[in-house]
Amino acid sequence: MKPRGYEKHRPKRLDQVFAALADATRRDILARLASGEASVAELARPFAMSQPAISKHLKVLERAGLVSRGRDAQRRPRRLEAKPLAEATQWLENYRRFWEGSFGLLDTLLDELKAREREGERPNP
Amino acid sequence: MTSPSMPNPTTFATPSDREVVVTRVVDAPRRLVFEAWTSPKHVPLWMLGPEGWTMPVCEIDLRPGGAWHFVWRRADGTEMGMHGVYREVSPPERVVHTESWGADWPETINTLVLSEQAGKTTITLTVLYPSKEARDAALKTGMKEGLSESLARLAEHLRTAA
Repeated sequence: MKPRGYEKHRPKRLDQVFAALADATRRDILARLASGEASVAELARPFAMSQPAISKHLKVLERAGLVSRGRDAQRRPRRLEAKPLAEATQWLENYRRFWEGSFGLLDTLLDELKAREREGERPNP
Repeated sequence: MTSPSMPNPTTFATPSDREVVVTRVVDAPRRLVFEAWTSPKHVPLWMLGPEGWTMPVCEIDLRPGGAWHFVWRRADGTEMGMHGVYREVSPPERVVHTESWGADWPETINTLVLSEQAGKTTITLTVLYPSKEARDAALKTGMKEGLSESLARLAEHLRTAA
């Protein structure tokens, strides 16, 4: 394995990140790791899943650069890697901020246009 | 005028490594949505992104080969411009245009599709980047949101999209 370093994470991983995030169990694992590192056994506990099944999900998360292994050789705790997740979320965030802000205003405008049309349908006094 | 307390959700998806797809349902016939989306009289009223921006320049030459140019401005004077050329214009259901933020940005091809059902319109906007590298370059802009907040929002988006 190459030495871990934030500068090594390149956005080319974005697709792997999105693929990794598309699964509910993996999102739950990330949410759990967001509150601190955990061993595979600790991660498996809240899920009705075997440790090998959890390990499989962890491999996907590791390949995407979202999860790394801690130094403790016994527990081999997994930890969340913030940078690639931040890159992926920021990227969606830009779209979200722009379009959700705009669509809210579009709703208002469309209401006005509909009201104007209804007005127009009435016979002139 | 009443507006619904819960706005319709906007979904975001990345169906291929060069695309982003934004989907939203609005409560209006697509004829009106098309008008709101393509008329310089209407666009500056709503295509404003997050709060605090206005659109002092909105030029639209709505025909294949016709150009468009938008400029946004914030109260502190910050300006952002965007321009492109229309490739397909099929009222009231489809518009294809190029979009560029400037020389340093990749030019995208944006396809707007409006489909109407029972008086409501589904807006599907597909943004196609020239390459995966170009799409990924788009994420180098700004990194100021807190991680946990972003993660919560992302999870929310993905659940909505599922």
